[in-house]
Amino acid sequence: MTSTRIRLPVPSAPSVAEGAGENPMPATPRASRRSSRLRGGPRAAVYVAAATTLPASVLLAVGIGSAGIGIIDVWQTVVAHLAGMPSPLSPLRDGIVWDIRLTRVLTAAAVGAALAVSGAVMQALTRNVLADPYLLGLSSGASVGAVAALMLGVAIMPTVAAFLGALAALTLTLLLARSLGPISPSRTILAGITVSAFGVAVTSFLIFWNVQGDSYREVLNWLMGSLAGSGWATVAVSWAVTAVIGIPLVLGARVLDAFAFGDTAAASLGIHVTRARWIFLAVVALLTGMAVAVSGAIGFIGLVLPNAARLLVGFRHRLILPLCALAGATFMIWVDTGARTLFAPRELPVGIMTALVGAPIFALVLWRHRSRS
Amino acid sequence: MTAASAMPAVSAHDLSVHGLSYAVRGKMLVDDVSFDVPAGTLTALIGPNGAGKSTLLRLMNGALASNGEGAAVMLGGRDLLRLSRRERAKTVALVEQQSTIEFAVTVREAVALGRIPFRRWWAGAGDDRVIDDALRLAGAGAWADRQVATLSGGERQRVTLARALAQQPRLLLLDEPTNHLDIAAQLDLFALLRDLIDRTHLTVVVALHDLSAALNDSDYVVVLSGGRVVASGVTPDAVDADLIRRVYGVEAAFVADPGSGRPVVIFRRLGDVGD
Ligand SMILES: Nc1ncnc2c1ncn2[C@@H]1O[C@H](COP(=O)(O)OP(=O)(O)OP(=O)(O)O)[C@@H](O)[C@H]1O
Ligand SMILES: [Mg+2]
Repeated sequence: MTSTRIRLPVPSAPSVAEGAGENPMPATPRASRRSSRLRGGPRAAVYVAAATTLPASVLLAVGIGSAGIGIIDVWQTVVAHLAGMPSPLSPLRDGIVWDIRLTRVLTAAAVGAALAVSGAVMQALTRNVLADPYLLGLSSGASVGAVAALMLGVAIMPTVAAFLGALAALTLTLLLARSLGPISPSRTILAGITVSAFGVAVTSFLIFWNVQGDSYREVLNWLMGSLAGSGWATVAVSWAVTAVIGIPLVLGARVLDAFAFGDTAAASLGIHVTRARWIFLAVVALLTGMAVAVSGAIGFIGLVLPNAARLLVGFRHRLILPLCALAGATFMIWVDTGARTLFAPRELPVGIMTALVGAPIFALVLWRHRSRS
Repeated sequence: MTAASAMPAVSAHDLSVHGLSYAVRGKMLVDDVSFDVPAGTLTALIGPNGAGKSTLLRLMNGALASNGEGAAVMLGGRDLLRLSRRERAKTVALVEQQSTIEFAVTVREAVALGRIPFRRWWAGAGDDRVIDDALRLAGAGAWADRQVATLSGGERQRVTLARALAQQPRLLLLDEPTNHLDIAAQLDLFALLRDLIDRTHLTVVVALHDLSAALNDSDYVVVLSGGRVVASGVTPDAVDADLIRRVYGVEAAFVADPGSGRPVVIFRRLGDVGD
């Protein structure tokens, strides 16, 4: 076949402005605004409320427990420690407040923030409002890592092992998804479910093989999600990981927005799609690995909170992620407080609590989603 | 199209596509595509289903990386494929053939995505005016606060156009943008593109199936078949019945629009008796 190459005289063209410096569109008055979403004042109020509820929740939750210590005494103890003064309580009760309750509440806050933020990132990347760290096998991979480290006496920290497990699960998921064809949200999720099931089987096997008697219950407790093992070490790890990852994540949040209409659209908006995807998935692996190492597998937070945040403040991740972090932290503090006090002296694994609270909320989100589309 | 054909001297203002190729598992979806058109014009990209139109548009904006040797998309003296991703996104915008969204996103939020290349991590961009203008130009202003998921196909198409306009591109690529549009909206779209071209010297490439629209509204035509350029030239001379028979396998008759005198194409199956 022949072809003619178009080569025509350029019409006396006005000079082309290079780049995008000039605005090709004339100015118009701002369009009037109306929306069911929060904007301006009400939106700011949500953040102020979330930011004040969190420290208030820490202070209140520290005062709640079975040891019968008055809340004023609790606060005096905390203040005394912060000020470097002697504690007003006996060493035993002081230890309960400062070393047990406070560390547990603070760890819960960081874990809740990390899980909620992980969920928001997963949902953006897979373009699936029902995605969360469980979906891609991250949590079960992290569990395998942590359990292996604990049971087999592998000489690495559980956090590191959980992170490696999460990363391995993620890599497996993506390799499997890619081998099925061009990577798509549904293929990624199918692969994730497969890897997840395998991870659960490996974890169960490790436990079945290694655990006898009483420790069985302990391990199960942790597997279902428990913050009972918190201490200042878990506070340090969980807060450090959450802060070190969360802050750059919020600053780079616009990249997550770009994925809304798919990979081609993201690429058209100047995003290096492959690189961005791997960075964000690694970030989620780190956050999830940390959360699982510290507190076992806790579900539903990553699913419910991002959806709730989106309903309130809309789609932009620079707005969603901080709200998820604050709300996730507060939510986790209260759910864990419930888990350790509601059935005292018995303690419920917090994962059961989040599922009991989260599943109905999740059903509501599902239902809203259905009725809209 | 032979790769050996010499590159003619090209004005710095032209759009010059050179040597774009894309293969999947050894199959050439786009095969060494080259063409030059002046900037500030509208080019219709036509060809049957699977000809490679969408793939070519994605190669042109860098969403897909060409695996051709020496691929280039020159515009205004710059090779778009050598620009940084961010700079490229400020220069060329693509309106995709289909776009789906799973999230509850308002129209305004969707259009604001077009400003992402202009944002930096330390600051948003003072974008409201650009977004408002893009919404208005695309005729989507009335739904600014609606959920994209609740819009009709045609309304969604305009939102996608508005998002592309929010990128303030110099080169606008549209993939079958008239697909879901009613007749008036189709005419409006071409009027809008014409207006943008006249006012801002925008360069537009539109993949189209409607040959009459292509013949009426474009300045140049590039005909793609099996991933190759089989014809290209000035509208309407570049398209004749013989070419349509070869490319689409149908008979075509051209009649003059009684109003404008411009050609309208009528099709028959090969072998059907005409009168
Ligand atoms: N990732 C891929 N893997 C394999 N084949 C592909 C892939 N993407 C596109 N193709 C094939 O490449 C060819 C060109 O596709 P393209 O979407 O560019 O065609 P098109 O000209 O836009 O068609 P239409 O008019 O139907 O939109 C088609 O045959 C399609 O099946
Ligand atoms: Mg196409």
